[in-house]
Amino acid sequence: MTNAWTDIKNSDLVVVMGGNAAEAHPCGFKWVTEAKAHRGAKLIVVDPRYTRTASVADYYAPIRQGTDIAFLNGVIKYCIDNDKVQWEYTKNFTNAAYIVKDGFGYKDGLFTGYDETKRDYDRSSWDYVIGDDGFAVVDMTLQHPRCVWNLLKEHVSIYTPEMVERICGTPKDKFLKVAEMMAECSSPTKNMTSMYALGWTQHSSGSQNIRTMAMLQLILGNIGVRGGGMNALRGHSNIQGLTDIGLLSHLLPGYLNIPTEKEVDFPTYMSTRGFKPLRPGQTSYWQNYKKFFVSFQKAMWGAAATPENNFAYDYLPKLDVPAYDVLRIFEMMDEGKVNGYFCQGFNPVLAFPNRGKITRSLSKLKWLVTMDPLETETSHFWENHGDYNDVDTASIQTEVIQLPTTCFAEEEGSLTNSGRWIQWHWPAGSPPGEAQHDNWIMGQIFLRMRELYRKEGGAFPDPILNLSWDYANPQEPTAEELAKEINGRAITQLTDPTDPTKVQVEAGKLLVNFSQLRDDGSTSSGCWIYSGCWNEHGNNMARRDNHDPDDTGAYLNWTFAWPLNRRTLYNRASADMNGKPWDPARKIIEWDGSKWSGYDVPDIAPTAKPQDVGPFIMNQEGVSRLFARGLMRDGPFPAHYEPFETPIPNVLNPKIRGNPVARVFQNDVKQFGTADEFPYAATSYRLTEHFHYWTKHNPVNAALQPEFFVEISEELAKEKGIELGGWVRVWSKRGSIKAKAVVTKRIRPLMCDGKAVHVVGIPLHWGFMGAAKKGFGPNSLTPFVGDANIETPEYKAFLVNIEPTTAPVGV
Amino acid sequence: MNMELSRRSFLKVAGAGVAGTTLGSMGFGDAEAAVAAHVRPFKLATTTETRNTCTYCSVACGILIYSKGDVRKGETAVITHIEGDADHPTNRGTLCPKGAALKDFVHAPTRLKYPMIRKAGTDKFERASWDQALDRIARLMKDDRDANFIAKNEKGVPVNRWTTVGFLAASATSNETAYATYKVVRSAGIVAFDNQARV
Amino acid sequence: MMDSPRTAVSNPPIQPMDSNLGERDLIRRSATASLPKPERQLTPVAKLIDVSKCIGCKACQSACIEWNDTHPAVGENVGVYTNPHDLSENMFTLMRFTEWVNPETDNLEWLIRKDGCMHCSDPGCLKACPAPGAIVQYSNGIVDFVHENCIGCGYCVKGCPFNIPRISKTDRRAYKCTLCSDRVAVGQGPACAKACPTQAIVFGTKEDMKKHADERIADLKSRGYANAGLYDPPGVGGTHVMYVLHHNDKPHIYADLPDQPKISAVVQSWKGVTKYAGLAVMGLAAAGSILHGILGKPNRVTDEDEEGAEKLTSNPSATDPGADGHRPEERV
Repeated sequence: MTNAWTDIKNSDLVVVMGGNAAEAHPCGFKWVTEAKAHRGAKLIVVDPRYTRTASVADYYAPIRQGTDIAFLNGVIKYCIDNDKVQWEYTKNFTNAAYIVKDGFGYKDGLFTGYDETKRDYDRSSWDYVIGDDGFAVVDMTLQHPRCVWNLLKEHVSIYTPEMVERICGTPKDKFLKVAEMMAECSSPTKNMTSMYALGWTQHSSGSQNIRTMAMLQLILGNIGVRGGGMNALRGHSNIQGLTDIGLLSHLLPGYLNIPTEKEVDFPTYMSTRGFKPLRPGQTSYWQNYKKFFVSFQKAMWGAAATPENNFAYDYLPKLDVPAYDVLRIFEMMDEGKVNGYFCQGFNPVLAFPNRGKITRSLSKLKWLVTMDPLETETSHFWENHGDYNDVDTASIQTEVIQLPTTCFAEEEGSLTNSGRWIQWHWPAGSPPGEAQHDNWIMGQIFLRMRELYRKEGGAFPDPILNLSWDYANPQEPTAEELAKEINGRAITQLTDPTDPTKVQVEAGKLLVNFSQLRDDGSTSSGCWIYSGCWNEHGNNMARRDNHDPDDTGAYLNWTFAWPLNRRTLYNRASADMNGKPWDPARKIIEWDGSKWSGYDVPDIAPTAKPQDVGPFIMNQEGVSRLFARGLMRDGPFPAHYEPFETPIPNVLNPKIRGNPVARVFQNDVKQFGTADEFPYAATSYRLTEHFHYWTKHNPVNAALQPEFFVEISEELAKEKGIELGGWVRVWSKRGSIKAKAVVTKRIRPLMCDGKAVHVVGIPLHWGFMGAAKKGFGPNSLTPFVGDANIETPEYKAFLVNIEPTTAPVGV
Repeated sequence: MNMELSRRSFLKVAGAGVAGTTLGSMGFGDAEAAVAAHVRPFKLATTTETRNTCTYCSVACGILIYSKGDVRKGETAVITHIEGDADHPTNRGTLCPKGAALKDFVHAPTRLKYPMIRKAGTDKFERASWDQALDRIARLMKDDRDANFIAKNEKGVPVNRWTTVGFLAASATSNETAYATYKVVRSAGIVAFDNQARV
Repeated sequence: MMDSPRTAVSNPPIQPMDSNLGERDLIRRSATASLPKPERQLTPVAKLIDVSKCIGCKACQSACIEWNDTHPAVGENVGVYTNPHDLSENMFTLMRFTEWVNPETDNLEWLIRKDGCMHCSDPGCLKACPAPGAIVQYSNGIVDFVHENCIGCGYCVKGCPFNIPRISKTDRRAYKCTLCSDRVAVGQGPACAKACPTQAIVFGTKEDMKKHADERIADLKSRGYANAGLYDPPGVGGTHVMYVLHHNDKPHIYADLPDQPKISAVVQSWKGVTKYAGLAVMGLAAAGSILHGILGKPNRVTDEDEEGAEKLTSNPSATDPGADGHRPEERV
């Protein structure tokens, strides 16, 4: 989230699209009801289903899943056509004025540089014209035909309301009503917020779904302001934290990158990470990359990371592919190329697409280790449960080691919420049986492996033998020790670079925040963006002062938010070119002639002059990007592509199937279904009574929503002879499930390009373990293909067939 | 004191006929014999209160956990109730249907208590000691790493990649656990390392 | 401590506290002729349920289960979101879901109403109850069941215009929402109101709740709900659980919420079984017969009991009123 949950109360228009906040985030949704009750805010819901969020919305518009880009490009076009643009913001705070290279273009649904065999683009033409001074060329009048604004105008011109209706199935009048309500927020004193979640990410064009709304929010002037922003609601309690700490194949902590093998050494790695400003005087904060990287290496390997060995650059693994994401590793597993796998609090049998492939792949492992507070379907994947898990146990040669862990109530530490608040919690209960904390388990695995390497030697033991592990009790590092290591400390005494007589930090002391990091090995920090979380002032994540001066919703003294306790990202954009708030009633920070101050930590150097330094300090341009340059694999502008399984062909370019650069494995292509065989558009989602596959273990939640079901319209039920509460079979090219039928008015057929598209809704919370009735969930059916940029599977749009049936047989 | 009367026995008594009916013969005794009006004793009295964060979604609601016993004093503590923290700026004491039932997640009948091992091809888990389980894991890891670790690619560039073992991390563990996990996994050279954010 | 809590938004005490609700605060007591007038009048409280803010998340159900330590069984899906399927001795409150197409706009509205005890100012359950002290009403408006005094006759079910109490199949006693009387007694609001994520359920003095309702109704009217209003039905003397409805002109669209609830005339005129004079005139059997025959409310008493009751009332002399007629082991 750019903003905080508590900030949503400041909004005038809440748009829930690509999410279902009332259902999946009820207590965060409270702030929507606050905005409605106290500001007179309006709520719009755009969704294939009339959801619980829609039940309290002021306006609901249906949309076919997987067509959000067409809808939002249509809204951008509407805003441009009707002069509903926050012009001063758009001109000064986006790259609308930047001139794009002549080579760049878009034709027949593809951008320049497409290579069909590689399913990839040569993106070299997707960039700005750079002037002789080394800076990007701009035309602040927006008259230049090759400026981003004019290219954007042309790009969205095909998304007329009629085209939106054809693609999305949203009736034209409903689309126009939504567009009109959104466009009103181009006023500097009207702010719209976007609340989205997996309804946007879980598509082969997921990243671009989100980007399209971000672009709309920029031209409406709604980023960086109170009650605005792009707010990813996020799923798990610490999914934000695990992303920040970098537990993803391609990341180091703090959004640094794991090197690729093309980055043969540290100088090469750093050569593309200079982040020179693209406009004069811009901050381009990533210029500090080396400080963050070196400090991380020092946290990992301490004294073994030296300037001489490039701070142990070679200790890091180097990637030969963009990422060993979960789809790739299961593809490799299926090919017999993986021997062992760890699932720490994760249940891939139910959570990953194409369950048949997942189970087959796990069956090819030599060993599987699960660490979980609960019995999971993954740790029991080899167990036969009749129709619910129809496996041949004896033939599965995988050894499974199931380790019992503690749960939240029995452990201490911090969790990062979607608003980037890092909150500390304390243990309250004793663990059951012999359950152990994950820190202890990870410590044990590490110490035992290190001991084996010490005794026996083996393959490149250095990174293991030299891993910094100097905890008071090495058997189990404490949360406090780890938090301090994440924050970072001075290894040697730090003096002021401009005045060496001034001592900034004594050796061994904790750093105040990441501004003190150095690239010479004199500082360490496990995750630079978290620096400041636990410094010499103490544990800032445990702060509990809930005062909120002038009720802005900032709560600056409640816990700690990254970065630097900043609550609203890009908050400098809440003020105009002179540093005065666009909306004085919703000031965040203000320029007083010499410095920035206000209710939040300024997202700019406190003395940076408003006319000189742009608000988007992480970008080399200092402004935000309507044109993404080469940073997105599938295009610098978002274009509509159908899901890989679609009920109607791509209206704009019928020959293109799915996202043209999304990675597909050959074996999976064979398992994509088509509309003739699988005519219904399915989607998967959460219900408010349950959390993923956890709460089915809880008898209370199991009682509130006991049994797996699918939702269909009354029209489809009638057509197929399906009765309310009766059993149905739903199948895709990849699998078949049985469920109870909820026949509802909340799902209606959508008219798309002259064809009635029926939606089948499949909630995800059931399996064969736990207190609730046994069931299947959607992922026996979902396709094994991910988003073109980050490989998040396309869970939200796929094809199925459906028929009445009898109850499953299971044990 | 306790009027153990069911509808049936009540009606049986009633069947005695109108004329002879008295309260006494109905079994009530005198009215004063009935239990005095009372409300249930407040069940959180003398419990230990601990502040924590809901483990489910990333709204991160503040919660109060009530227990008999205090783990921070080294005592065994049994969690008896959980409700929202009214001091928390985001949830203001509220909780969703999952959060409001956290106590029964903590005490779920399917919570794991002991390390278990399912041997290849068998149809059951067998209990193991922690030492057995952890030594086995360390051995399996080391043997596989030594056999399959890619120190250099074909061009002789150090790549230090271990691709035959993968690690899927949790997304409800703390940042501190995540960081400890990161250190252990990355230092071993594991590249197939993801968390729930990927999906 | 204030005599009655003003809000549910507070954290509970953990130090031992005296209960602030007791015998001395009763204004009504079932089957009890003379109740001394309480020495003090507690400030009347109310729970206000704003149906227009409710997202149907069932947090109220969850919080209710956890606070009251009930154990609803895991049922099955019968094609609807309402789960469990009905109120029970293990489920004191229930979200009832109705898909309603507004004939004026042709728009679908998903009406979600939290069902449960309304805590009537004029409680039909209490008036129908023949067991002394099994149902009581406190001066703050809470109508509570004292289970030890309950005989499981089910007359409270019949006396209730909202069809709320349920008889436990295991201990044969009547159960319903207590308005968390144990929480209110120590200055806390009900568990459901504290949990409610959107604060569609709020709690406080009845006066404050009515004021809050006015604000909500004004907001709804500004959004086009011309008939938005407060449901505080006069037929039962008003209630201590009230609704804000977007369509207050037709409460019945919200899962059969009675348009004009009132206590059956039979119960009203009957004055309760143990008004001794009345008892002598009518006779219990007769009273039972009338209640059973005339109150057309759904009956949650088991068939077996019904059969027994029919037999008894049709042939009073058939049963020996022996001394063992009320032995505990006869409980079913």
